[in-house]
Amino acid sequence: MRFQIYRYNPDTDSKPRMQFYDVAMEPTDRMLLDALVRIKMEDDTFAFRRSCREGVCGSDAMNINGKNGLACITKLADLQEPVVIRPLPGLPVIRDLIVDMSQFFKQYHSIKPYVVNDTPPPEKERLQSPEDREELNGLYECILCACCSTSCPSFWWNPDKFVGPAGLLQAYRFIADTRDQTINERLDNLEDPYRLFRCHSIMNCVDVCPKGLNPTKAIGKIKDLLVKRTV
Amino acid sequence: MAIAVRQFDAVVVGAGGSGLRAALQLAEANLKVAVLSKVFPTRSHTVAAQGGVSASLGNEEPDNWHWHMYDTVKGSDYLGDQDAIEFMCRKASEVVVELEHYGMPFDRLDNGKIYQRPFGGHTSNYGERAIKRACAAADRTGHAMLHTLYQRNVRARTQFFVEWMALDLVRDAEGRVLGVTALEMETGEVMILKARATLFATGGAGRIYSASTNAFINTGDGLGMAARAGIPLEDMEFWQFHPTGVAGAGVLITEGVRGEGGFLLNKNGERFMERYAPTVKDLASRDVVARAMATEIKEGRGAGKDGEYILLKLDHLGADVIDKRLPGIREIAIKFANCDPVKDPIPVVPTCHYQMGGIPTNMHGQVLGSGDRIVPGFYAAGECACVSVHGANRLGTNSLLDLLVFGKSAGEQVVKDLKGETGAMPELPKDAGDYTLSRLARLDSATSGERVSDVGAEMRRVMQLHCGVFRFPDSLVEGVRKIKEVAERTKSTFIKDKSKVFNTARVEALEHENLIEVALSTMVSAEARKESRGAHDRSDFPNRDDVNWMKHTMWFKDGNRLEYKPVQLKPLTVEMFEPKARVY
Repeated sequence: MRFQIYRYNPDTDSKPRMQFYDVAMEPTDRMLLDALVRIKMEDDTFAFRRSCREGVCGSDAMNINGKNGLACITKLADLQEPVVIRPLPGLPVIRDLIVDMSQFFKQYHSIKPYVVNDTPPPEKERLQSPEDREELNGLYECILCACCSTSCPSFWWNPDKFVGPAGLLQAYRFIADTRDQTINERLDNLEDPYRLFRCHSIMNCVDVCPKGLNPTKAIGKIKDLLVKRTV
Repeated sequence: MAIAVRQFDAVVVGAGGSGLRAALQLAEANLKVAVLSKVFPTRSHTVAAQGGVSASLGNEEPDNWHWHMYDTVKGSDYLGDQDAIEFMCRKASEVVVELEHYGMPFDRLDNGKIYQRPFGGHTSNYGERAIKRACAAADRTGHAMLHTLYQRNVRARTQFFVEWMALDLVRDAEGRVLGVTALEMETGEVMILKARATLFATGGAGRIYSASTNAFINTGDGLGMAARAGIPLEDMEFWQFHPTGVAGAGVLITEGVRGEGGFLLNKNGERFMERYAPTVKDLASRDVVARAMATEIKEGRGAGKDGEYILLKLDHLGADVIDKRLPGIREIAIKFANCDPVKDPIPVVPTCHYQMGGIPTNMHGQVLGSGDRIVPGFYAAGECACVSVHGANRLGTNSLLDLLVFGKSAGEQVVKDLKGETGAMPELPKDAGDYTLSRLARLDSATSGERVSDVGAEMRRVMQLHCGVFRFPDSLVEGVRKIKEVAERTKSTFIKDKSKVFNTARVEALEHENLIEVALSTMVSAEARKESRGAHDRSDFPNRDDVNWMKHTMWFKDGNRLEYKPVQLKPLTVEMFEPKARVY
């Protein structure tokens, strides 16, 4: 198969370039990650992140034929050749497909991603009905791969001010948790022309999420809560 | 050579479940802590755990820690230390409830309590029948746990060094551990992180086998570092082959599938586990189920074109149960096995999954060197450690429990030990860091040699062929010879990439140097153990031999030397469980 891959090493390259690779695939190679590992065997200077190889750790997010996704769960059979691979858009490139994700994680941390409940905990678990727990489905499964946020034009323009779809999905995950007691502080933290309201429902995030999650819907729910609060 | 030094109260290496649980203990005690991780913490392999974490909460039916303890001792094939097992099972409810208080999104019962499901080897009333003891968040329990622990550490303002790889332990002449050398991947800088306490939570090394459920990053870095620094590795011959890895792909399918009512079929459509484990059938211990499957395949009753796999049937659970309790499994089967389990069975084979052995510790995470002496300043927890609670075979869901219990207790021990230390930290030896720098210099200066990927592939082939589910005497002897050859070849690996910036070729070469220590210790320990126990099954010694072999193996890198130490049969407060024949 033929691949065209973004290469850049600040140590040796003055500017990025696209490099072609022709790879003889084995019958056991099913996913794009298998091909990238094969390329690295031939050219060990090619750098990318990877770990679980089953779509749960979020390491190998990249831009594949123009669309963000995880290499380990992208089937080779579904890809048009040459397969064009670039780093996630909008983040500074450290080397090849490895991007600097500091800004992305900073936004995640900014929504206080942990349950806050200052009443002394009971000896046993805090109770939560199955229905209340159900509210967290479609939210807690996020793997922080950044496919969504780096496909979002609003995040490209304002990565320092707009929380982005991944961060907002998690913001709603804690708003929706009946065990959390700080819903008002959480809403205050988002009531801002940039932090939440830069989302214009473009829905690229929904389109690319490798886990099938829907940040736009979560963002809509936060907006609803803000409206309800002012009424 | 000059090498920069940074000083901390404690350094934690690894940010998976046990590292994060330990770090939390340290951060909340206001210690100055550095947590190093090769990957962003939520990418650690704990994220891939699926089925649950065990605790005798008794939310679904009566249960108690003593039953859990019995199951764990029996599951370990009586190689687990009964004091440590009692400690773990007694602490289980406390640490699981604590995790719930941190915000873990457990599934719930109608009464609002944590949902629990049956799992292999977990029984009611000392083996009577399967029990619901596995606390679960759908089939993403590890993901939910890892994220919750990371989130709690964000709240505690734990200091992370993300994408830093620890390279070697720093010890002084008295043997005290004073920290680690480490590589910052983004810049290629090497530094000494000096600390009064060094806690390893570096996970397992399942990547020594070709067919593995493990992530690429599971390269036994802590074990390699410990072995090179003269610390023994305990019970390395015991590797768990998980019954249900996706055939060909290796990706894990949780035992929770069988906990929810799925079962295994051979090519004749026979539910063969009824023959091997009449009481709990498909929910027997993993070693028992994996062996049964391998036997079915060996005797020509495997499914598939070449009879190479077993079928895991769960369509009878119905789409509703599958989507609610096993959604991740459905996703994995569709992607990696080309089948939708709502309609078709999943092709599975026993696949390397978990390392029961590791760095010897007591139940407070203190590392034990030769003669069971505590190595001052050195702690370990989680899969890299051998306490030993899993013995010759780990029960499903006891790994996540291990992370929580021993991550916490190791953290508590560090806090306690550091309270007593007020004086100046011991000086670093003059040559601290030289060994690491010489290893890096070899890689940087080599102009020719073997590719790391080739040497690694040969290592995995040798392990798979000579040290798998079934082990044979001649094959083990040959395996020892071959793996020593691979270890020699490791000394002349070569990388083209000499760049400082995010050099992943260098990282992989260094990882391989850790893997090979694990492979070597495994093969040598396995060849020497002349009995069958738990996951170690020898054709020439098909039975357990409690007279000669109820003891832990201690492998030393220096000269491939082996020592043995007795199993601790005496629990903390209760009567010991006498070894007896293991029937499920």
